[in-house]
Amino acid sequence: MYRKNDNGQAMDPAEVTPCGAARPSSEPVLEMSFEVGHYDFAAAGEAASKIKQVLRKLGMAPDVVRRAAVAAYEAEMNLVIHSVGGSILLHVDTEKVTLVSCDEGPGMPDISLAMKEGYSTAPDEIREMGFGAGMGLPNMKRCSDSFSIESEVGRGTTVTASIRIA
Amino acid sequence: MESRFHSVKLLEEKCKGCTNCIKRCPTEAIRVREGKAVINAARCIDCGECVRTCENHAKTIIANSLEDLREYEYTIALPAPALYSQLERASGPDEIVWALQEIGFDEVCDVSFGADIITECTRRHLMSFPKLRPVISGACPAVVRLIQVRYPNLLSHVAKVESPMYAAARVARAEVSSRLGIAHDRIGVFFITPCAAKVTAVIAPLGSEKSYVDGAISISDIYGELITRVGQHGAARPVYRGSSFGFAWANSSGELKALGLQNVLAVDGIHNVLDLLEEVDNGRLAGVDYIEALACPAGCVGGPATVENPFVARARMIEISKAVEAGSDYALAEAKQVVDKYGEEFFALQGELAAVAGLAIDPRLEVAIAKMSELERVLARLPGLDCGACGSPTCRAHAEDVVCGHASEVDCVFKLREAMEEVAEELLKLAKTDLPSLQRRNDK
Ligand SMILES: Nc1ncnc2c1ncn2[C@@H]1O[C@H](COP(=O)(O)OP(=O)(O)O)[C@@H](O)[C@H]1O
Ligand code: SF4
Ligand code: SF4
Ligand SMILES: [Mg+2]
Repeated sequence: MYRKNDNGQAMDPAEVTPCGAARPSSEPVLEMSFEVGHYDFAAAGEAASKIKQVLRKLGMAPDVVRRAAVAAYEAEMNLVIHSVGGSILLHVDTEKVTLVSCDEGPGMPDISLAMKEGYSTAPDEIREMGFGAGMGLPNMKRCSDSFSIESEVGRGTTVTASIRIA
Repeated sequence: MESRFHSVKLLEEKCKGCTNCIKRCPTEAIRVREGKAVINAARCIDCGECVRTCENHAKTIIANSLEDLREYEYTIALPAPALYSQLERASGPDEIVWALQEIGFDEVCDVSFGADIITECTRRHLMSFPKLRPVISGACPAVVRLIQVRYPNLLSHVAKVESPMYAAARVARAEVSSRLGIAHDRIGVFFITPCAAKVTAVIAPLGSEKSYVDGAISISDIYGELITRVGQHGAARPVYRGSSFGFAWANSSGELKALGLQNVLAVDGIHNVLDLLEEVDNGRLAGVDYIEALACPAGCVGGPATVENPFVARARMIEISKAVEAGSDYALAEAKQVVDKYGEEFFALQGELAAVAGLAIDPRLEVAIAKMSELERVLARLPGLDCGACGSPTCRAHAEDVVCGHASEVDCVFKLREAMEEVAEELLKLAKTDLPSLQRRNDK
């Protein structure tokens, strides 16, 4: 079993996930981690696009690829816009594709409010760029078979989305 | 893996193994092995990008020749509208029609007419499927193959209508057969093609089992025959000729203009098509009603089996469609009548478009996951220069080839140099070790 850090470099298998989250443990697995920069709009979307290529190469069903790509894209944009940047961990085993978005940003004071369709704290300049419709998290949830958010104000946020294969 | 017919082929004796083509291939289907390009049939979409790229003309398009006309009692040429953009010396389309008859065809039916039919069918199709958006034009077979190989999610978005070539072929064959009383299979219908993708579509149709076109002849193959005949003698009319809109299909955006819809998008050049389809696949173009996507720069006028510069051809095509404007209203009315007479079903896409597997690293998921992990480790050891000297288009592709057993890590010149350095260091160490016999002498 191998793990990757930013852009696919191998990491020590003993290392914990960037957020210290418990790793699912069925074999074989693929793990890759992608760094996402705060307000880095030039690179925004690249992590999601790389994740999509990887899943395609794995021969995943088109629908799984599409759902994972949408979830990864929303997570990535939230790291760009609402946090201080962070990382997206891709975990693939023979049962599911899991995406874990981790950051040490501002956190969310009210998770259920953040999950409401149309709710957004995106500032005006971001809305002018066409983001901030408040549909990202609900969209992620819709694409996932299991979905969870852990967040602490002032500490950071972890969003986990899993998509079952077949 | 099913083996599929491809019209793009390598002329081995001409290939220098320069690796130019492997970098341009949109599906990364080409490798250079033992100094020669090798095409992976499962991935090739016959877009002809490598034909265009290779300066040594080592990539060729296998198509029919005029010899093949002899097999039929009566032959019909179906010139792609793009043909008319290729011959500067011709005063207009009629002269080229005449030249086609001179080189052996009994009759000519313009595919611009088929384009008018398909425009009409597409309009009706869009009305019957108001919910599915965007609809993607199926006119370019290279694009449809790309969707089959890379975007299976989008197969349901491809317009369920046949191509202008197909429409022209079916109508021309039926009309000639009833007019002259010749059996369908005694009539040879040949498409005069600007590209490899259409040759493949004729020989191995995308959806249907049966092709209604008997063969395809490359514009570049008969260019010489035609150019010597235009401007000399008379002019002839084709049995059917399309409107100026039908002609304009040869240029990118031409199909859109013919449809006359709002909320549409045209893209040309296979790498641009790739970029666009990726976003359609991401669901980010759901507000667009219709997408015209052509593999070739400037549209079919820039096809890999054409001879003229694509932009010169494009300009000429605009002039030609203006020149035929006079007959346009009549042509459009005629196309409508034909659709009403035969019915839309006659021109509907034959059969289902199926996904083509070919991109996955391994068909078994567990193996694919293990290989992917290994791929990332190999990739981390490669220099990341994407130089292509290993014969694979990128370092990532090379890592994949290594993991799949098609290449060795030291095929990378940088890895080879590292390995040689290590060996050289070992040799140096060995050379420096004192021989025991000499050692004893020195001690004394
Ligand atoms: N990683 C994050 N850190 C802090 N807050 C976040 C994060 N992701 C989302 N949020 C909060 O949740 C809200 C809703 O997110 P989302 O549904 O993606 O909509 P949008 O991004 O359009 O605002 C955001 O406006 C923001 O307040
Ligand atoms: S471009 Fe491709 S086919 Fe042409 S010489 Fe180079 S390697 Fe051979
Ligand atoms: S754009 Fe036209 S010429 Fe080029 S591959 Fe497609 S159908 Fe053929
Ligand atoms: Mg968002």
